[in-house]
Amino acid sequence: MVGLGRSRAVGFIAPALILIGFFLVFPGIWTLYIGATNFRLTGVAALRPDFVGLDNFRAALSDDMFYRSLWLTLLFVFGSAVIGQNGLGFTLAWALRDTKKWLKRTLESLVLLAWILPSSVVAFLWVAMLDRDGGTINELLGTTPGVAWIVEYPLLSIIIFNIWRGTAFSMMLYSAALSSVPPSHLETARLAGASGSQTLRDVVLPHIRRYALTNTLLITLWTFNDFTPFLITATNPGSEIIAIYIYDKALVGGEMGYSGAISLLVLLINLLLALVYLRVGRRGSR
Amino acid sequence: MDLAKTVVRRILFYVVIGFGTAFFALPVLWLLSAPFDDTPTYAVRPPREFTLDNFTEIFENRYAVGSLVNSVILSFGTMVLVVASAALAAYALSRARVPGRDALIYMLLLLSSVVTGTAAMVPIFLLIFQLGLIDSHFGVVLVLSGGLLPAAIFLLKDFIDTIPRSYEESARVFGASPLQILRHVVVPVARPGLATIAVWTIVQVWGSFLTPFILLRDPDKQPAAVLVRTFYTEGGSPNLGLIAAFSFLYSIPVVLMYLLAWSRYGFRFHGGIKS
Repeated sequence: MVGLGRSRAVGFIAPALILIGFFLVFPGIWTLYIGATNFRLTGVAALRPDFVGLDNFRAALSDDMFYRSLWLTLLFVFGSAVIGQNGLGFTLAWALRDTKKWLKRTLESLVLLAWILPSSVVAFLWVAMLDRDGGTINELLGTTPGVAWIVEYPLLSIIIFNIWRGTAFSMMLYSAALSSVPPSHLETARLAGASGSQTLRDVVLPHIRRYALTNTLLITLWTFNDFTPFLITATNPGSEIIAIYIYDKALVGGEMGYSGAISLLVLLINLLLALVYLRVGRRGSR
Repeated sequence: MDLAKTVVRRILFYVVIGFGTAFFALPVLWLLSAPFDDTPTYAVRPPREFTLDNFTEIFENRYAVGSLVNSVILSFGTMVLVVASAALAAYALSRARVPGRDALIYMLLLLSSVVTGTAAMVPIFLLIFQLGLIDSHFGVVLVLSGGLLPAAIFLLKDFIDTIPRSYEESARVFGASPLQILRHVVVPVARPGLATIAVWTIVQVWGSFLTPFILLRDPDKQPAAVLVRTFYTEGGSPNLGLIAAFSFLYSIPVVLMYLLAWSRYGFRFHGGIKS
């Protein structure tokens, strides 16, 4: 120890640990308890919540709304992250891998801009794009009278939105991964007369498989926890993914106990995703 | 045969590039042109009549300027708290032998990516509710700090690990106390690392929506992120000029900070740090 006794080291770490303990660790653990009570924001149960055991979980499992929001979440995560961001991110990285520098720079900056702009601004940009009367999408498609995309196709709207919003991460990651493929392997494949798709499958994919796996896990975790779709479709039942469902039940309906139970489920899924991610990451670094 | 293949490949290439450019550029073009259009519409188009009047509307709006001030308060409050406590913790973790140190940092990192967004909404709201901190900027700063600290400590510790200890040893020989060493020896050397964490924290808080949205009900307290939504969801037809100009103004600091960080350090990936 360089001039830093144990007590002083503890004193230095304490402020950060107290903050983390109170506002990160405690809420995580407290969810266990909240989910087992009939906590409400108003009325008697607000003052003295009763312990109800597994009732909330039973209620959730017999609630059609809950199943529907789970299903919508699955479609949302699968469509926008696993397929959408992954696919478009890889396609862009592949298309741009050895193009002219200005073209690569320009397109990459555009995609990154979508990623760095504040989420409520980005959400409004898409509200404008998808508007029924004057939206750009309807103008481009020439649909008269315009289609009210956000109202009629809420899930599709937030999927497109989230692809736009999040592709940057996958693109940058695949772009880094592709540059790690040794050029000599590609050259050998070319000399052996392999077609583009054969090269992709037999030379490139084995190299980037691990990147693809970690990327998919991360964007799944983020998309699963993303609340931004609320800014576009609010509580439209057609796109009430689990994030919005919890908000609706807890903050609008005041049913803290019930939504706490569902939060616990989300927490466990998050934990599973994060643990798999760590496992995959560690195996790769050995 | 080979020629046909090359042609097809070229066409495919231009389709991907063309589609990608249009898809990513169109929404942003609205943000660049509508603020300067005297009669902005939802559609993307060049300004019909160039004007700056939309920006004066920001100053006439009851909440707009205040919300930007609130964003500044939240960002800087969180930044100060995160940088100060992360620096202390990272220094101690880097220099003192704490048993199970790496495991601790990984556990906290894991936790900060698990107890987030959707999953943390209910317990965070209840906690702040019970503490009587609803509608208080301090409550939002505490919650955001708790979430950002693990990553900040992780990044800063990495940085401080690379600083040789010999400086500190010689300072100690001259009788400097640990706090003095930290302030006069470590902080000056670690400045780039601290600056990175500061900028990163500000960017994260500036854009965050969910936490201030659920914890701040009073429109006088809400930051710009929440006000933008109010602008287009409150009754009546939305004032597009105001929304466009306000969004533009609100977005500029984040873009500038990214450009600054980019030109200084290049674009680097801190795997999974964006929340």
